[in-house]
Amino acid sequence: MSQELPSLVKKVRPLDFGAHIVGAHFIGASCAFATGEGEVLIAGEHEAHVKPHAGTILNAAGDGERIFTAGDDGRLVATDIEGEMEVIAEARNKWIDQVALGPDGAVAWSAGRSVFAGTKKGERCWEAPSTPGGIAFAPKGFRLAIAHYNGASLWFPSADARPEFLEWKGSHLGARFSPDGRFLVTLMQEPALHGWRLSDSQHMRMSGYPSRVRSIDFTHDGDWLATSGAQEVVLWPFRTRDGPMGKPPRMIAPAAKEQKVTCVSCHPKQPAMAAGYSDGAVLLIRLEDGAEILVSAAGGSPVSALAWRGDGMALAFGTESGKAGLLAL
Amino acid sequence: MTEKIPVTVLTGYLGAGKTTLLNRILTETHGKKYAVIVNEFGEIGIDNDLVVGADEEVFEMNNGCVCCTVRGDLIRIIDGLLKRKGKFDGILVETTGLADPAPVAQTFFFDESIGEKATLDAVVTVADAKWLKDRLKDAPEAKNQIAFADVIVLNKSDLVSSDEMRDVEMRIRAINPFARIHKTTRCDVAIDSVLSQGAFDLERILAIEPQFLEEDHHHHDEQVQSISLSTEKPIAADTFFKWVQNLVAEEGGNILRLKGIIAFKDDPQRYVMQGVHMVLDGNHQRDWRTDEKRESRIVFIGRELDRKRLNDGFLSCVA
Repeated sequence: MSQELPSLVKKVRPLDFGAHIVGAHFIGASCAFATGEGEVLIAGEHEAHVKPHAGTILNAAGDGERIFTAGDDGRLVATDIEGEMEVIAEARNKWIDQVALGPDGAVAWSAGRSVFAGTKKGERCWEAPSTPGGIAFAPKGFRLAIAHYNGASLWFPSADARPEFLEWKGSHLGARFSPDGRFLVTLMQEPALHGWRLSDSQHMRMSGYPSRVRSIDFTHDGDWLATSGAQEVVLWPFRTRDGPMGKPPRMIAPAAKEQKVTCVSCHPKQPAMAAGYSDGAVLLIRLEDGAEILVSAAGGSPVSALAWRGDGMALAFGTESGKAGLLAL
Repeated sequence: MTEKIPVTVLTGYLGAGKTTLLNRILTETHGKKYAVIVNEFGEIGIDNDLVVGADEEVFEMNNGCVCCTVRGDLIRIIDGLLKRKGKFDGILVETTGLADPAPVAQTFFFDESIGEKATLDAVVTVADAKWLKDRLKDAPEAKNQIAFADVIVLNKSDLVSSDEMRDVEMRIRAINPFARIHKTTRCDVAIDSVLSQGAFDLERILAIEPQFLEEDHHHHDEQVQSISLSTEKPIAADTFFKWVQNLVAEEGGNILRLKGIIAFKDDPQRYVMQGVHMVLDGNHQRDWRTDEKRESRIVFIGRELDRKRLNDGFLSCVA
């Protein structure tokens, strides 16, 4: 990256939590950071430090009001802006690996091979064929995608029907629906993504990455899927009926030499995104022309978390070594 | 670059004494703290918040190769453990008595994010001196575990005569010429001869000297065996790489382990290599010493290996 980039570095409030930042989610005007030491650290207008888990936080999700953390202590805990904690679920002798939040206060989590989906009305459980690598709610309706070995399953927790199985060989480690619900994309153990057009289960292979893709996000309009794993942010076109099939991806915002993109997060309202890199750098990128603004300079550990506030007026980032930052725009 | 976390894989057929060894490592005072990945809770005698249950979920990589199997649960668990860095010095992975060690080992070569932070230290196999011979006959899993081992703890040695012991050692050597064997009762082996072995570390491949030559075997095992090839003539690098890469691509399913020290023509340095099934790892190690014989040697441990074909192929690489 060149030295002449426009910079917002001075506007960033630097934070250092001294522990691997697993996830970041805004709660109101503040941001909750979940760490590998089992803590939830709230910074911004509110400040609170709590420790909902005895061990490591493996996964976190936020609904704008609370942060939900899944831990290797077998607990799923929701923490609000005051640091008030509620235990949502407990699994005996098991890690709670995954958590996802859906429409109307729905929450889903997995412990071992068991996937649970809870609403105000009650809780349903489904045994996946292997331990889920990721779970995600569809944007509308009470429907879950579960990524596991050799494919993904689509489950309607309120129906008794068997989940629909989408087959693709390999280990699937994360799942994401497109904002319009037409496509499902999974992150694979191999350096590739896989996707299905749900209307006809048509396959979409997105490969060519030099390393495993760990972070993906759709743009606010669903036109593009931004992905990590390469030296540049790779954007797959999803605007048309066929999605990215037969189309080359766009590549923007290259990393410094021998570095790669580790984390991506799209702006909730504008055609813009944030990207984090393996050298700790964070950039804001305009999608139209790939113009970059520096948010955090290189010289740290890999960026492991990025989050936009719902109104798009603030960005939070965190790294594996615990350095983090808050930027108000 | 921070130090990688060493991972020790503990295998052994049912009843050989694996849990005894695990408990010894965990309870003895050696100033180190280990995270332990077990296949069943409750067998471990001590309370440790770093004990994790595994599911032994094996999957095939999506690369068209059936021997490229990986333990997905280990990827997930080690990924989670590595988020709390500095809390432990090493990871022990206990496998079930019936497990094949290959997917466990391959996990560390196929998953880049784990490979960046953790490194496979050694496969340690606990075997029962009295019953091993029988198990080698009727249990392919037991044979795989011996074939795969870097360290073999030959336990319950007090239950066999010295003749029987020699016999069982010969059997082990026929399958695996380079594992270190420790004869024990109640797994009373020094902990530092089990941990921190660096068995997959290319820097530590010193010499490959099979203690028994093929001709000496009285108990020839057709199924799993080792084949050692050597030549004092210099090897042509291009031909050799083409041959060995082709070999593991075609026969990788049958090759459990391989180790080699190669003297290339006009190359002042030793080239060392090791492999697991289709995964090959190799590098120049150091200059050949003047008092050292410039001999190339490669040892295969595997199933149904064709000695003549391997030997012909190897010798065709002579420059």
